[in-house]
Amino acid sequence: MSDHHHGPAKGLMRWVLTTNHKDIGSMYLWFSFAMFLFGGSMAMVIRAELFQPGLQLVEPNFFNQMTTMHGLVMVFGAVMPAFVGLANWMIPMMIGAPDMALPRMNNWSFWILPFAFALMASTLFMEGGGPNFGWTFYAPLSTDYAPPSTTYFIFAVHMMGVSSIMGAINVIATILNLRAPGMTLMKMPLFVWTWLITAYLLIAVMPVLAGAVTMMLMDIHFGTSFFNAGGGGDPVLFQHVFWFFGHPEVYIMILPAFGIVSAIIPAFARKQLFGYTSMVYAVASIAFLSFIVWAHHMFTVGIPLVGEVFFMYATMLIAVPTGVKVFNWIATMFRGSLTFETPMLFSIAFVVLFTIGGFSGLMLSIAPADFQYHDTYFVVAHFHYVLVPGAIFAIFAGVYYWLPKWTGHMYDTALSKVHFWMSFIGMNLTFFPMHFVGLAGMPRRIPDYNMQFADFNMLSSIGGFMFGVTQLLFLFIVIKCVKGGEKAEAKPWEGAHGLEWMVPSPAPYHTFTTPPDVK
Amino acid sequence: MRLQARRLVMLLIGLMASPALWAEWAFNMPKGVTDLSHSIYDLHMTIFWVTVAIGVLVFGVMFWSVIFHRKSRGAKAAEFHESTLVEILWTSIPFAILVVMAIPATKTLIEVYNADDADIDIKVTGYQWKWQYEYLGEEVSFFSNLATSRDEVNNLRPKNTNYLLEVDEPLVVPIDKKIRFLVTGADVIHSWWVPELAVKKDAIPGFINESWAKINEPGIYRGQCAELCGKDHGFMPIVVDARPQAEYEDWLQAKREEAARIRELTQKDWTMEELMVKGEQVYDKVCVACHQANGQGIPPMFPALKGAPVAVNKDMIADHIYVLLYGVKGTAMQAFKEQLSEVDMAAVITYERNAWGNNTGEMVTPKDILDFKKTGKYKGQEGKVPEGGVK
Ligand code: HEC
Ligand SMILES: [Cu+2]
Repeated sequence: MSDHHHGPAKGLMRWVLTTNHKDIGSMYLWFSFAMFLFGGSMAMVIRAELFQPGLQLVEPNFFNQMTTMHGLVMVFGAVMPAFVGLANWMIPMMIGAPDMALPRMNNWSFWILPFAFALMASTLFMEGGGPNFGWTFYAPLSTDYAPPSTTYFIFAVHMMGVSSIMGAINVIATILNLRAPGMTLMKMPLFVWTWLITAYLLIAVMPVLAGAVTMMLMDIHFGTSFFNAGGGGDPVLFQHVFWFFGHPEVYIMILPAFGIVSAIIPAFARKQLFGYTSMVYAVASIAFLSFIVWAHHMFTVGIPLVGEVFFMYATMLIAVPTGVKVFNWIATMFRGSLTFETPMLFSIAFVVLFTIGGFSGLMLSIAPADFQYHDTYFVVAHFHYVLVPGAIFAIFAGVYYWLPKWTGHMYDTALSKVHFWMSFIGMNLTFFPMHFVGLAGMPRRIPDYNMQFADFNMLSSIGGFMFGVTQLLFLFIVIKCVKGGEKAEAKPWEGAHGLEWMVPSPAPYHTFTTPPDVK
Repeated sequence: MRLQARRLVMLLIGLMASPALWAEWAFNMPKGVTDLSHSIYDLHMTIFWVTVAIGVLVFGVMFWSVIFHRKSRGAKAAEFHESTLVEILWTSIPFAILVVMAIPATKTLIEVYNADDADIDIKVTGYQWKWQYEYLGEEVSFFSNLATSRDEVNNLRPKNTNYLLEVDEPLVVPIDKKIRFLVTGADVIHSWWVPELAVKKDAIPGFINESWAKINEPGIYRGQCAELCGKDHGFMPIVVDARPQAEYEDWLQAKREEAARIRELTQKDWTMEELMVKGEQVYDKVCVACHQANGQGIPPMFPALKGAPVAVNKDMIADHIYVLLYGVKGTAMQAFKEQLSEVDMAAVITYERNAWGNNTGEMVTPKDILDFKKTGKYKGQEGKVPEGGVK
């Protein structure tokens, strides 16, 4: 039986009914890319409105819907599903497993997502418009003062939460149960490690988010007053609950990126990853710390002095394990034998720009200074530096690294370098000036501004359009590669290591039906 | 040529090295005008330079490798891949730097939190989308609205330098006095932020947050609401006018006299024409953001008043007054009792009942409003929240 490989079913039903980790991985990746373009087009509306002072294109209420939906779609629709897609494709192949541990649930976790996002996008067309209270949806703006469509938004968030939790359970079950003989925990590739820890974070915090939106639902429809001060409730409680979810959430979006980069840098430095053990411990400490820093998003809400001091110290501490990771990557490159294929370019950009985002994060952790930075464009610059060249560049790096394995073809390397450089320049042009306008006093989430901020905003908009258009090139490169191209070898990268390179390219529909031997 | 190049380089270096220049170019945090804002600025610059130093070091090693350890130059990969000593070093050195940073940060934080022994207390309340200032114990209180005209926002007129950063009535305060701000919100959460005072405090319904400033120099300091608070979040600026003590006291006195004058106006006999003119002014300033200039609102969030039963039915005049005085709890329709004088209130009601084709011909006078406040009735009619609102 072992050599009886049946291929995929034909037609649309293949995708609806599939339980194959590679099919599901591909669907996650395509879905997340569609959401990336959807969320990106809303960013284009924002940048177009902010191109000049004055209101030109959209009404303030619509502008608020754009900032809100842009954030929600990018976080829950683009970045998270992209990592789940990569996990689906790569984790079984990296640990020598035949598939994910719970394949039917895997199908279900994916197929919930298109419905969740269709529901959320439909709110834009409802009377009163879609969510307009920011992706952080602070009560009571999101309860008593929210548009009627908020109920649908809450339902959509519940669906996404269910999908994420199921995905996380699957990852944990796979990693803990399906490793090939000899693949001990401390031999697992870092991508597997980071995902294992991420999955625990997801299980810990998605229910908290579900609790927050359920309380909102009760406040809106059933007359409770969880977040309504007039009824004895507490608007600040909402923020505590939200950020107890929200801070681990930002690590959910970055830990798998650490894993990807930790695979790519050694491959193109032709040198083993420096400090593997310390990398694992650093990820675990970051995950732990992520639970005790949430109130650094709330330095201005008036928490008592001791609370403020505690959260300031805890936040500053995060710089230590994060620093360890950066130092390890650089020590890996140091005295290596470097080449600069596209995955490596994105990874180097990741290290540099993510570190810049880390620096502004360190500045933000200083509570008294945060009184000046908080809720300004400085914060917008900070989290876009950790998310765009952080999460998204790492995803690009991963796609360019494993695409030959997935499709069996080499992609157009020249075009992929154009994609890199345009993204790199566009991204910096968009987000670097935001540090300046933020420090100079421009609050975030405003549709119009004083002329002193005009020059930098225009630069940001030009960079934004450039970055946006460039992503269509990425789509083209991927489609071209799926359709054909130079035949890729089983191991197209000289310095790459890992089980995934032992199977042919393209990876057969079923891999490791008998577990490999890991030495 | 070479001289010019040299000058350019000097300028660039100067730019990067001189914080003072940065401040002037308005791309750095303002130094501000209080001792506290100076400490915060210093913290900001210190931590900034710390990150620059680390960056130079780390990126230096990285680019060294990128340039010299590339395969195309014939670099052979070394074998090393771990060292407990280095790991300990690059864990403990950053830790030590953080401890050193934490000391001044904590000191400043304690200072920020010490709002005791204030000379003046001002209660600051955020509303959608304006600020209310109450000088506690002085019997002076007023609302501060955006003064920039809608035409400037809509690009129909050139924008002035203080575009979106100007208000009809600034917060006037004395210099060299410890001013305590008691910050709260009336509807959703706002945040009161004036960069030059280094004060940013969230205005949260049900909470009163404390913050303080002691301003060293007279001047006009501008800020904005910093927490997303709905549609016009970008249009609720803050202007602080800091003056020497004597001028501040004159201003307080003038403010009290003005209030007395307004009270007198209630007793005057107003004509329909006068009320309509006044009513339009009030409407355009206070109500237009939600109910819109054409009275059609933005349903379903903000209801239309054109043709609304409450604004055209004679037996709902009491409701009309009621909803203006007390608002509708849990909605954006706030209570205007403290915000509008009897005259303003009567004028805007009269206006709403006769504008946009609501030609009822009915007139509500300031005295009617005064009676309603005392008895809860308009000509025998009881007032309540009108039917036909959003909820
Ligand atoms: C911040 C937004 C906002 C502002 C400013 C505002 N309103 Fe309203 N107004 C509302 C909302 C929302 C409602 C609906 C309340 C409800 O759900 O019943 C409302 C309701 C009303 C109603 C009752 C309408 C009906 O059909 O029941 C009247 C009358 C009214 N407003 C008059 C005014 C006047 C006069 C002003 C200016 C002094 C004003 N409003 C300023 C938001 C606003
Ligand atoms: Cu506000």
